[in-house]
Amino acid sequence: MAVKSNLTNMVLVLGTTCLICSAVLGGAYVLTEKPIAAAAAEKTNKAIAKVLPAFSEVTYNEEGKYYTATDGETLVGYAIETTTVGFGGPLSLIVGVTPDGVIYNTSVLSHAETPGLGAKCTTDEKFMSQWKGFDASIKKLAVKKDGGDVDAITASTITSRAYTLAVENALKTFALINGGECNE
Amino acid sequence: MSKFKLITDGLVKNNPTFVLLLGMCPTLATTTSAVNGLSMGLATLFVLVLSNMAISAIAPVVPDKVHIPVYIVVIATFVTLLQFLMQAFTPAMYETLGLFIPLIVVNCIVLGRAEAFANKHGVGESALDGIGVGLGFTCSLTVLGLVREILGSGSAFGFNFIGGNDGMLAFVMAPGAFLCLGYLMVLFNKFVKKN
Repeated sequence: MAVKSNLTNMVLVLGTTCLICSAVLGGAYVLTEKPIAAAAAEKTNKAIAKVLPAFSEVTYNEEGKYYTATDGETLVGYAIETTTVGFGGPLSLIVGVTPDGVIYNTSVLSHAETPGLGAKCTTDEKFMSQWKGFDASIKKLAVKKDGGDVDAITASTITSRAYTLAVENALKTFALINGGECNE
Repeated sequence: MSKFKLITDGLVKNNPTFVLLLGMCPTLATTTSAVNGLSMGLATLFVLVLSNMAISAIAPVVPDKVHIPVYIVVIATFVTLLQFLMQAFTPAMYETLGLFIPLIVVNCIVLGRAEAFANKHGVGESALDGIGVGLGFTCSLTVLGLVREILGSGSAFGFNFIGGNDGMLAFVMAPGAFLCLGYLMVLFNKFVKKN
């Protein structure tokens, strides 16, 4: 504490500190920008790979929030992002739908559900596997309590309902995509 | 003060969690599992060591009246650096710890060590102090996380040993955090601190 606290000193020291710190951070940002983008891209790719059969290319539709996955010329399916409100906050899913309108698989992108209860929507085998090959034209998309065909997670009906609603939204998006793309 | 003592002081005598009761917010919130506690501890250790070193180096030229803003800027720089690194190389962990990484800026352990130790000692000693206190914090958080994980989800370091996932839920949630912390504190003060 040898330096006196007069105006010049204070302005000088604080200013220099801020300048150096911002320079360091600027440099760090430039260096980590690419790895961060790569990590984010890998995460999306992994999420899509989980919910759709093998594909070679994806394109993102910003407006509809869905990815179109293709393998060469053939359309593999759509990975649709949807967000609903669960028990503890927003529940974001990515739902893979094959061109025939059947769900291939679903996966949770982010959630804020209660650990051990609603959070089981990311671990409960029975709950997760029922979405594989779910065909909404045969089965009713609602939890059993509401007269549908979806097995809810024990003691987590609100989360299960939110999950079901998210899937329903994804199928609506799918209908929109199809309505817009082919005029059958 | 010997170098060894600088480190053991932070681990035992000045243990930030069980003795000084500093940094309670991340302690209670991130210790839902041993791995989460460990990562939060290591993140804090990283910031603590670097900020201790930087602050001890610049302390002689910092005017008294602006020392807190200067320290905060330095600490915030290291925290942001840590955020960039975690986002780039451990994105999954970054998401789990989420908000608590940026909150290291206002962690009272970091500013506390800067005020109480780093601005009066040399760079080397301050680094050791940072390592000691950081390790103390890391160990406490890991133990707390481990206890809560064993009781709450029946697993240890992600390895499930009871089959199924029927732990005592309360321990994963906030009330369990307080309970475990309280009992661990009692045990720590009875057995460790006395010697």
